Amino acid sequence: MIKYFKAFIFFLCLWPLGIIISNIYYNDLGPEPVKKIMNHFGEWTLIFICLTLSMSPLKRITNLSFWIKFRRMLGLFVFFYATIHLLTYVGLDYRFDWEPIINDVLKKKYIFIGFSAWLLLIPLAATSSQKMIRILRHNWKNLHRLIYAIAIFGSLHYIWLSKTIFFKPLIYTAIIVVLLALRIKIKKRDINYG
Amino acid sequence: MKKISFSEITPEKIYLKRRDFIKKLGLSTSSLMIGQNFLNNAYASTNNLEPTEYRYISTYNNYYEFGTRKSDPVEKSQNFKTEPWNIKIDGEVENKINISALEINNMFESEERIYRLRCVEGWSMVIPWMGFSLSKLLEKAKPNNKAKFVEFISVYDPAQMPGQKYPILQWPYREGLRIDEAMHPLTTLVTGLYGKKLPNQNGAPLRLIVPWKYGFKSAKAIVNIKLVEKMPTSSWMRSSPREYGFYSNVNPNVDHPRWSQASERVIGSGILSERIPTQMFNGYGDEVADLYSGMDLKKYF
Repeated sequence: MIKYFKAFIFFLCLWPLGIIISNIYYNDLGPEPVKKIMNHFGEWTLIFICLTLSMSPLKRITNLSFWIKFRRMLGLFVFFYATIHLLTYVGLDYRFDWEPIINDVLKKKYIFIGFSAWLLLIPLAATSSQKMIRILRHNWKNLHRLIYAIAIFGSLHYIWLSKTIFFKPLIYTAIIVVLLALRIKIKKRDINYG
Repeated sequence: MKKISFSEITPEKIYLKRRDFIKKLGLSTSSLMIGQNFLNNAYASTNNLEPTEYRYISTYNNYYEFGTRKSDPVEKSQNFKTEPWNIKIDGEVENKINISALEINNMFESEERIYRLRCVEGWSMVIPWMGFSLSKLLEKAKPNNKAKFVEFISVYDPAQMPGQKYPILQWPYREGLRIDEAMHPLTTLVTGLYGKKLPNQNGAPLRLIVPWKYGFKSAKAIVNIKLVEKMPTSSWMRSSPREYGFYSNVNPNVDHPRWSQASERVIGSGILSERIPTQMFNGYGDEVADLYSGMDLKKYF
């Protein structure tokens, strides 16, 4: 049963990609197509970060371990959408014109931190298999705590690229802060109650 | 010059078809301009500019009074009341003026002016405005010799403008120009778009257009023009002085601290079109570079 449900969630997670494919097909991308595609995948990356970070708090709150079964898949979708987002910027927006891209990475803090977040995602995606969990043992957990930094980087990326923090960058940052704060509490409880 | 009412201007559909037709004939836009010259004075025509489609100009707007999304202005401004509308010209002037938008429309003939618009966010459009040089209106007020700057104050009406309920910027929206910039013939008081009345989402009933500066310098829905002695602080300068300077001339060599200004994306040009290089003074250097001779444009950004 859970297997079919997982497959269903998998296809649901492809929805953001479907939207863009349909937009391209119906030529419905609006006045600034490249920016729309880029923003779309960037925003969905943040949404998937939030979803991934929600799983263990949900487990705590509902006392159901079933949430954790989706965490890896959601995390890999973070990497998937972050990569499409990056490729849109490098390929579609700047046509692999490396000079301005390298300039941006080095000089513009929103690009720098966004690119750093993507780099940090690579080891997480690469070590997501059961096998790697076994090989890395307790190090695996420490390594995957990088997602907290990635989440913060992602929200800073959004704040810094926006002309004003109102309202979407503020909303995502607030959600991420709450999700991270929940963890501090969880840890304290872990200490108190074993 | 012949006075043109809105009804005499070519409707946008025919206008576009005509351009398309002429393009198909293989004629250049400059030959088209000859036919249009009766409409245009020297500052109105800029050759080889293909106007952005009306549907984009009228739906993709930054107008934070109505919200921060690009679609907010068109969605939330349709019931905005632009009549009656009064505009005051005061401060360091001999003649204080209090005039309605209607009177302004009757007093000054609007002509078509096709200008590039470069947004500080890195996109651009080509827009066929209707309007006249702001200097004509300012001359009526007779600025005195203490008038060194001009401040533009937009309307404050949170009941009609939902964005003004939030501290996105300091309301009302304020912008400013140096007096010589304000008196420059390219600086336009806009009354219409595509030969029609100016849509609410584009800043009706009266807005400014300063084509060689980033779009945010061109205040919308103006209610007060103040001639002042000291450099005014604009809403964007107040919100982030490090990022938004008083001058804000389009300049590919001076980046916004957070993003590059070297190139721009052309609105409506499709998914596979490339960025184009941004031009100094948005391509109006021949007309305006003199205003800034000897100034360090990195310092006075």
